[in-house]
Amino acid sequence: MCGIAGLIHRGKSSKVGHELQGMLQALKHRGEDSTGYALYGDTDGKNFIMRFKVGENVGEGSTSVAEDISVYDERKKIVDSYLSELGAKIIKEDRILPYSLRYEIEYNKKDLLNFSQKIESIPGVEILSMGKSLEVIKDLGNAKMVCDRYNLDKLVGTHAIGHARMATESGVDIKSAHPFWGYPFSDVSVVHNGQLTNYWNNRRALENKGMRFMSECDSELIAVYLAEKMRDGASLEEGMKDSLLGLDGVFTYFVATKDSLGMAKDTMAAKPLVLYESDDLVAMGSEEIAIRSILPHEIDTYDPFDGEVKVWQI
Amino acid sequence: MANLKNTEKKTKAQAMGMHTEVLTGRTQQKFFNPDEAENFYYFGTYDVDFNKRTDLDVLDMTAAEANKEIDNLMSQGFGTIVIKNPQGKHSLGVGILNKLNLIFEGSLGYFGMGSCDGPIVRINGRVGWSCAENLMAGKIVIEKNAGSCFGAAIRGGDLICKGSVGARTGIDMKGGTIIIGGDAGAFTGFMMQRGRIIILGDVGINLGDSMYDGTIFVGGEIGSYGSDAVDSELTKNDQDWLKRKLKVAEIGENFDVTKMKKIVAGKKLWNYDNLEPTEKKGAI
Repeated sequence: MCGIAGLIHRGKSSKVGHELQGMLQALKHRGEDSTGYALYGDTDGKNFIMRFKVGENVGEGSTSVAEDISVYDERKKIVDSYLSELGAKIIKEDRILPYSLRYEIEYNKKDLLNFSQKIESIPGVEILSMGKSLEVIKDLGNAKMVCDRYNLDKLVGTHAIGHARMATESGVDIKSAHPFWGYPFSDVSVVHNGQLTNYWNNRRALENKGMRFMSECDSELIAVYLAEKMRDGASLEEGMKDSLLGLDGVFTYFVATKDSLGMAKDTMAAKPLVLYESDDLVAMGSEEIAIRSILPHEIDTYDPFDGEVKVWQI
Repeated sequence: MANLKNTEKKTKAQAMGMHTEVLTGRTQQKFFNPDEAENFYYFGTYDVDFNKRTDLDVLDMTAAEANKEIDNLMSQGFGTIVIKNPQGKHSLGVGILNKLNLIFEGSLGYFGMGSCDGPIVRINGRVGWSCAENLMAGKIVIEKNAGSCFGAAIRGGDLICKGSVGARTGIDMKGGTIIIGGDAGAFTGFMMQRGRIIILGDVGINLGDSMYDGTIFVGGEIGSYGSDAVDSELTKNDQDWLKRKLKVAEIGENFDVTKMKKIVAGKKLWNYDNLEPTEKKGAI
């Protein structure tokens, strides 16, 4: 089933980590195999923030194979050496969990494709996000568990999207969890609720064009699809409108960039979405109770229509 | 497989092994004695007084607790109940089989007012997906917008949304009336079998797709027609009925009904015969 939620503050910052946690926790009955956050924090915009994993969470419900922590250490060492080779300087390093790391790095080249390919050539290593504002955090469990585990409550920023997952198309693991980074574009992330029925056709075509897939989760296709459109010069909104024709199946998805948040709904309108829009805040989720968790007073909400695409700026 | 050609029609089902008992005689007879009327009991109904009014704050209640408390209040004779702080909770007000004035001071989530028979409901907010599913009788008024599958499979009653609604409004409806003050999404009236839908605004693609019967009236633009949905002439009787209905629904009293479009089933998809589906499969 899965639940998605997103919010964007216009003209101000807020504790988006805390707010999104409340929204996703309200949707936990839609799936708590894993929960993911894409948070756009307030930064000085100078350095990249790289969230990556060197292994999988093999806790309860996981479909991953357990590995010794020394394997993680070894992979981390290789990542560090590759960063040095790429000319990237580690400014700050946080190892939140044995398998999950956050680096703040100084990297002046614009080509993130070669950068990512080099880092991800290490088996078992995956970049969850790369950007100057974006941080993707995803792990097994419900929203509160993941929020507490990664201490997201205090993160201040302008916008965020998140996903509460009930695994259907692929395994219960971090690599199949949402949000997906719009590889190799800085600060692009996607969450999705639905099923895509032309996944393999699209995947084969996109792989032939040099795009990369890290999982077999159909939702990843949306991030890659949009990234490919933007690589060819389309704007985010153009790419999203194109996706209504290019992607087959039922879906509602959110996509976020450094300064914008967008939603798209398929032409069958088979997946739910409730939207609240005011001058200073847009909040949306699979169910109204997600919005109510941050706006308990009486508000006007509505369901976007079939085939609708909307994009908001901060 | 049974030799159907050499079998009497009335025994085909037995020959196909669908059932073994012979459904004739007293097993099919029902006897009704008017003297036993006092023994008839309609489960879940109470004698209520509409002038007896109370408030119920459901902020800290689950949907099940709230619904149980509504039932409890009806059993005490309260005929007007005002629900405070519904906060978009799912499944509120379901299964009310009673005459009752029910007022929600806020919005409902999914499946609100499902499977009801008789209450008069006003919701001073919006409703999520599948509001009033399987409504048998009564009147439900939503002051703001509604989600998809609004009035799915209703059999009777009046369902009114003053704002706009999502996709598949009136899907599989078998009676009653749905009135929309704003716009409606795709697949409105999908597979409807009877009843009427009135939309004062625009409507999305595939209107009335695969409808068997029933009527849809549209005041605005139509995205596209679904399979077997066709235009029909708007008669004087239709116009009079629309005026009356819109007045009762408190919306569009001054709406120019003469310009509304009337959509009905083309009936080209009709394919009825006397065989049960399983019998038909066997015969094929």
